[in-house]
Amino acid sequence: MYAHDELDRVLVNERVTEFRDQVRRRLSGELTEDEFKSLRLMNGIYLQLHAYMLRIAIPYGTLSSAQMRKLAYVARRFDRGYGHFTTRQNIQFHWHKLADLPDSLAALAEVGLHGIQTSGNCVRNITTDQLAGVAPDEIEDPRIWAELFRQYTTLHPEFSFLPRKFKIAVIATPQDRAAIKIHDIGVALHRNAAGETGFEVMVGGGLGRSPFIAKVINPFVPRRDILSYIEAVLRVYNQYGRRDNLFKARIKILVHELGVAKFTEEVEAEFRQIRGGALALDDEVVADIAARFSYPAYEKLADAPPELARAANDERFSAWRRNSVARHKVPGYAVVTLSLKPTGGTPGDATAAQMETIAGLADRYSFGEIRVAHEQNLVLPHVAQRDLPVLWRALDAAGLATPNVGLISDIISCPGLDYCSLSNARSIPIAQELTRRFADPQLATLIGRLHINISGCINACGHHHIGHIGILGVDKNGEEFYQITLGGRADEGAVLGHLLGPAVPFDQVADVIEDIVETYLDLRQAPDELFVQTVERLGVTPFKERVYATR
Amino acid sequence: MPLVKRGTIVADEFIALADDAPAPDKGAVIVSAARFIAEPEVWLGRAAPLGVAWPNDRDVTELVPYLSRLALIALVFPKFRDGRAYTQARLLRERHGYRGQLRATGQVLRDQFLFMQRAGFDAFDVVKASDAEAFAATVARYSVFYAPTGDGRITVFRARLMAAARPAAVAAGRSGS
Repeated sequence: MYAHDELDRVLVNERVTEFRDQVRRRLSGELTEDEFKSLRLMNGIYLQLHAYMLRIAIPYGTLSSAQMRKLAYVARRFDRGYGHFTTRQNIQFHWHKLADLPDSLAALAEVGLHGIQTSGNCVRNITTDQLAGVAPDEIEDPRIWAELFRQYTTLHPEFSFLPRKFKIAVIATPQDRAAIKIHDIGVALHRNAAGETGFEVMVGGGLGRSPFIAKVINPFVPRRDILSYIEAVLRVYNQYGRRDNLFKARIKILVHELGVAKFTEEVEAEFRQIRGGALALDDEVVADIAARFSYPAYEKLADAPPELARAANDERFSAWRRNSVARHKVPGYAVVTLSLKPTGGTPGDATAAQMETIAGLADRYSFGEIRVAHEQNLVLPHVAQRDLPVLWRALDAAGLATPNVGLISDIISCPGLDYCSLSNARSIPIAQELTRRFADPQLATLIGRLHINISGCINACGHHHIGHIGILGVDKNGEEFYQITLGGRADEGAVLGHLLGPAVPFDQVADVIEDIVETYLDLRQAPDELFVQTVERLGVTPFKERVYATR
Repeated sequence: MPLVKRGTIVADEFIALADDAPAPDKGAVIVSAARFIAEPEVWLGRAAPLGVAWPNDRDVTELVPYLSRLALIALVFPKFRDGRAYTQARLLRERHGYRGQLRATGQVLRDQFLFMQRAGFDAFDVVKASDAEAFAATVARYSVFYAPTGDGRITVFRARLMAAARPAAVAAGRSGS
């Protein structure tokens, strides 16, 4: 956990005071809605179809149990008793009143939480691997870097009015669990032959109406220079990014239009000017941030304790353990994913009562620490393996042990037309119906790893382009239709999915997905050939033929 | 539009010259970038302070040969959310060492004052009188700064290291006395 110090707390409180004044000026009519819009957006506040939505930053997806309890309090006191965890490791509340927003933010500030830069055309919440600090193959904890980036980009005087929003993700493992290649900047920590650490920098990834996979512009920026390098990228973008067309304003379009070579040249020229300046990260600065992260006092435990062997007879426990429990770097410990994808539920939603249960379980079994995964699940990162059976029973009782992590019903979805004013079509009912169709754990296990992503519009908040199966809601003469893509992936081998064929109406989507899955089960070469591998091997044609044969 | 300098509302000593207006014999003027770049020596040769209004999509390095002789550069924010002039301001101050007045013009509202000041602006053509009156209070809203700029404010990174070093420094001072 990162320990916020007095300076961090002062800033968050100053922000609440400033925002309270802005709301006062809006309510008194001193500010027009248009003027207020830019200000509320900088605090994560959107005006949606029915109410204000408040998005709270969860830097690099790490939460303390105290923070989780405060989120539960806010859900009950100022919202409708639940919250929605997002693909950017944040949480959002959809039913706030304008007049309550300052008090809600003041309550959150008591535990260091805020909505700063969770919307608006600025650098958004920095995301990372949900297994940061516990992944066995990690070079070092990427949250140290995410925290440095967070501080550097917070209220940045030069980069708070960029052409468009800007997302940065960082990883420190060969396996990419943070989808860095679909970020405006993705950085991957490496160690070179001399044993020094530095960052591979990728720029220009993003989804939306023009999806791009990020391109590497520098294979190794020394750690001392990484903030300077990021500033160089942001400065080039702030000056040259398009501002004439909202849909062409992201950095991916600038990289595309200039070409990677020319863009890289601009960045490198700027970098040469500022390298070694005020942003140079002396070892003592990095060490100071690193020292603010505390790690659990793990017990000396052995892997595979007798408690696990005894529980293995319980088929429900074993099914859950197979897909919800991952390796931890410390022997005798495990990483537990809590599925927020119950059958018939809204992906990513958690009730206040569930949040409180999770906070209690984190205190008891995970050293008070919780993570948010970009797949819209939660994670208890430090669970002793001997505690897994008892933890499972508690999670099961709270509806948090659906054994579907990484499987077909572990669906990523945006809120869609049920909440969002940008949306063309509903997302949540599609997700809910699919979780019912694939509710049988044996069927889901038979199918194996398969990611479905649903977006209610071309803005792609549900990351449909990089779903193994992507579902995109479109409007056809006032009716909800859905385009299906196959074969996308967001990991280290990130690619965009291929369009299956003509869009299908709302009530046929689940049938079409069933047809696609059946086709896969018929065509796969072996039970361990994943859906995405079959699509890669055969292309979309056999799926297309099957789906449209009868439609 | 009230002009704010050194935290208070002041009278503007410059006159903004329209592109078709003849140059007056005396008095401080602000001319457009196009007009200035066409005949810089003519404008700089006048016996009065000169300002240039510079658009936010034109490279400020064009101004570098003249910076020491310019009394004012006006940068523009055509919309609240168009932030190009923040970069221009920092480049002028921090890279090219410009020391004259740097004036924010256009859609200049209360909630940008601190960002503008941190980027190097020291004069503000404020849209609303109520915002201009609130200037001093507004730029004092924050006492904590993460990103380093040329404004000299101590960043959090540095403040922490200084705080960490302080007990040792105090101890060293004591042993020396």
